[in-house]
Amino acid sequence: MSANLASAAYIGATILFILSLGGLSNPETARRGNLYGIIGMTLAVLATVLGPRVTAAGIPWIIGAMVIGGSIGLFAAKKVQMTQMPELVALMHSLVGLAACLVGFASYIDTSVVFTGAEKTIHEVEIYIGIYIGAITFSGSVIAFGKLSGKIGGKPMLLPGRHVINGIAALIVLYCGYAFVQAPSIEAGMLPLIVMTVIGLLFGIHMVMAIGGADMPVVVSMLNSYSGWAAAATGFMLSNDLLIVIGALVGSSGAILSYIMCRAMNRNFLSVIAGGFGTGDGAKVGAGGTAAPAGEVVSISAAETAELLKDSKNVIIVPGYGMAVAQAQHTVFEITKLLREKGVNVRFGIHPVAGRMPGHMNVLLAEAKVPYDIVMEMDELNDDFPSTDVSIVIGANDIVNPAAEDDPTSPIAGMPVLQVWKAKTSIVMKRSMASGYAGVDNPLFYKDNNRMLFGDAKKMLDEVLVVLKS
Amino acid sequence: MPLTIGVPRETFAGEKRVATVPDVVEKLIKLGFAVRVERGAGDAANFADDTYRTAGAEIAADAASLWSSSDIVLKVRAPSNAEVGLMKEGQTLIGFLWPAQNPELMQQLAAKKVTALAIDALPRTLSRAQKMDALTSQAGVAGYRAVIEAANAFGRFFNGQITAAGKVPPAKVFIAGAGVAGLAAIGTAAGLGAIVRANDTRAEVADQVVSLGGEFVKVDYEEEGSGGGGYAKVMSEGFQQAQREMYAKQAREVDIIITTALIPGKPAPKLITAEMVQSMKPGSVIVDMAAEQGGNCELTEPGQAVVKHGVTIIGYTDLVSRLARQSSTLYANNLLRLTEELCKTKDGLIDVNMEDDAIRGLTVIKDGAITWPAPAPKVAAAAPAKPATAAAAPAAKKGGHGHGAGAPMSGSSLAMLFGGGALLFWLVGAFAPASFLSHFTVFILACFVGYMVVWNVTPALHTPLMSVTNAISSIIAIGALVQVAPPLEAAADGRPSGWILGLAVFALVLTAINMFGGFAVTRRMLAMFRK
Repeated sequence: MSANLASAAYIGATILFILSLGGLSNPETARRGNLYGIIGMTLAVLATVLGPRVTAAGIPWIIGAMVIGGSIGLFAAKKVQMTQMPELVALMHSLVGLAACLVGFASYIDTSVVFTGAEKTIHEVEIYIGIYIGAITFSGSVIAFGKLSGKIGGKPMLLPGRHVINGIAALIVLYCGYAFVQAPSIEAGMLPLIVMTVIGLLFGIHMVMAIGGADMPVVVSMLNSYSGWAAAATGFMLSNDLLIVIGALVGSSGAILSYIMCRAMNRNFLSVIAGGFGTGDGAKVGAGGTAAPAGEVVSISAAETAELLKDSKNVIIVPGYGMAVAQAQHTVFEITKLLREKGVNVRFGIHPVAGRMPGHMNVLLAEAKVPYDIVMEMDELNDDFPSTDVSIVIGANDIVNPAAEDDPTSPIAGMPVLQVWKAKTSIVMKRSMASGYAGVDNPLFYKDNNRMLFGDAKKMLDEVLVVLKS
Repeated sequence: MPLTIGVPRETFAGEKRVATVPDVVEKLIKLGFAVRVERGAGDAANFADDTYRTAGAEIAADAASLWSSSDIVLKVRAPSNAEVGLMKEGQTLIGFLWPAQNPELMQQLAAKKVTALAIDALPRTLSRAQKMDALTSQAGVAGYRAVIEAANAFGRFFNGQITAAGKVPPAKVFIAGAGVAGLAAIGTAAGLGAIVRANDTRAEVADQVVSLGGEFVKVDYEEEGSGGGGYAKVMSEGFQQAQREMYAKQAREVDIIITTALIPGKPAPKLITAEMVQSMKPGSVIVDMAAEQGGNCELTEPGQAVVKHGVTIIGYTDLVSRLARQSSTLYANNLLRLTEELCKTKDGLIDVNMEDDAIRGLTVIKDGAITWPAPAPKVAAAAPAKPATAAAAPAAKKGGHGHGAGAPMSGSSLAMLFGGGALLFWLVGAFAPASFLSHFTVFILACFVGYMVVWNVTPALHTPLMSVTNAISSIIAIGALVQVAPPLEAAADGRPSGWILGLAVFALVLTAINMFGGFAVTRRMLAMFRK
């Protein structure tokens, strides 16, 4: 296959990838979108392997690597549970980051491609940036994976003077960059390159460690973005337009997701990345105490919940991370099905940051076979709560906190929330009275029309289901 | 010279409505028309002559002077022979004319060389026409009144009550036919507290029944009954059998039956047999809204309320006139909207524009030439047959995502952004070599494409979006592929081929995991999304 033919194939692949992302605008076309992606990838890989830059000697290696990696990937995709999707996605980001590092190093030590003058400098800067982004993506994603899978605690780890540490690290990286570009030989350049890589790795770890569990959707989408930029940087370093285009597509996609997530929490992107919740280190302690809500918490039994549901016409269910933890989505669906057969209008209200990654709840509900046309976004049904008889909150807290609207001193003030308290009755399912990730007390629990259903979400819902069936 | 709109007194026996009301007279005058109302036209609907006069209308002493001095005549019922005799050439007549049922009237009007607009011939599927849809507004009034008549004849409360004297069960109401009248009846009966059930051969109205507080009773038989234009069609024998059984069952259970089943141009279907009436509890009530077309109940006597087998059967044909003030007001508003469509210039002149779908449908005689029936409006074929009702039809949710690209940025920050961008591009342009520039162009354009494409992704699919972008970011495999075994034209010495091969193959394994795993898991997720 000639170089021109390979380029033409790349253009075809680019179009297919764009169509693939475009297809996701709606669940009907999404499956075809995924297919476009697969075809595009096959086309790109085949065009490269059969193209002028790969000789026959490499083919066995390539096939071997693809078979090993492919079978691991397929196995993981088959085994993973839908509640573990955020972990899997984080882990996969780390692979892209690591691959970008490796390709960068390989490109650097490859003497068969020789540049001179400004081109050489640019090429080296590209390598440097590519490896740096790759390193951050890799270590950050590994930590994110650890946090999401519970191997590392969800609480933010805040080192004293962490902004100073970050600043020093950035200076060292800049200096190493200068030394790297000026290095007379490959051997001389290796030291600054490795120092920078280590700092990049540490920086990635530090960045994600400092971010709390509730901010995970932002982090996951941000790492998604980074893995794209890493691919784009690799494209520059190898002068490959296909890589640049795909990297830019993925990068901007992740950036938009991060932006949406930040807006859904009414927070600034930088303050999320800078770590912790709130603006300063001390803000968190004072926050809980400022407006301790007064009133009495009224609990309710599963049987009473079932009676309430039976008599209602409109029900809105607001799921949160707690539903994922308890694996309660299948029971939720059974209840939904039963109620819908009785003519109750059941809908789901999804907050953009519910769960641990963008769209997490949608995937869980889809897994439980909940039809997607009754799963609504926050904006679509927030006005409907006043005409709703019962709203059920399953394992969510901050996203239904009225303090975000009523209390300007609250750390989550201004964050858009689902107004479940406007329903005639709201029921909150929770293990205990502990506060959410933001560490903010929730006045919802003390409202007159609110009832608490304490206990494991799955167990409680199973009981509700039994009563509903009888 | 502005035209004069004339409103005569209705001459049909028992008709209490009037074609315009004082509030609307004011608005017609604002459109530039002069308005003349016959003496006593609004009396039966409780609109006194003085209120018309206050609104700016002239009062004509008798029908002859009104008809002779009017350019446009607004009526409710079709004109009688005597009224047709009073008409003059070039006059425009608007009212319920029922051209299909009244071929002789059509001939007479055509002979008089008038223009006639039949409000009943309005293309109802045209959403623009809903404001003029007098059939709907009048049917809504009739449906309301039917429940009130039923409540009047029924000896118990509608709503269930628990009083000191004991418990009262709620009344059970069954409504046959969920057209506009049926839906209005459902809403009214549910509002009074009754348990309401309804049935219709058109399955798509089930949601509307539920939205008004009723329960939709299905016939245990598969057949779709939409006949187009918002009406039902005649159903098959098997269906009718199943339907009879269902009605028989309802008759034994409920206290009140309201029937509204009509098929255009055909006698009303007999839904309630004499045996079903016999099986009802004593004191029950049937309101037969189809009495004028023969009735849905075998025992109905049109125009009368009779008691048979202990069941009161109400067959009034003037339900709308029994609420004359309300129905007149709504009808007058429908005609006002029509007049606005005819007089877009607001200068008191009308233009019967035959290019306009709505007006084309209404116009049955144009300057003495019969133009009825109108060809089907272009859009009606595509639009699904949906009754032109205000009932909360399941609103088609738009695209899915509730965000645009955000609010526009403020001017100063936008200027800074552009300034920064310009500086960056200048630096790149001044120092970078040509090969870099071409890649840079591609990069920037791709960022924009990505931006545009991803904003269209529905939030429900954000997780699949992440996994698919993750999968396609394993395109980095290409970087590894070209390093595995490149053709070495220069036989570069000192190239650590072993190292490079190792790194590249390892990178390839990692990206392959991503590539296959990412696409497979996305596929698995997307397969789960279903309606």
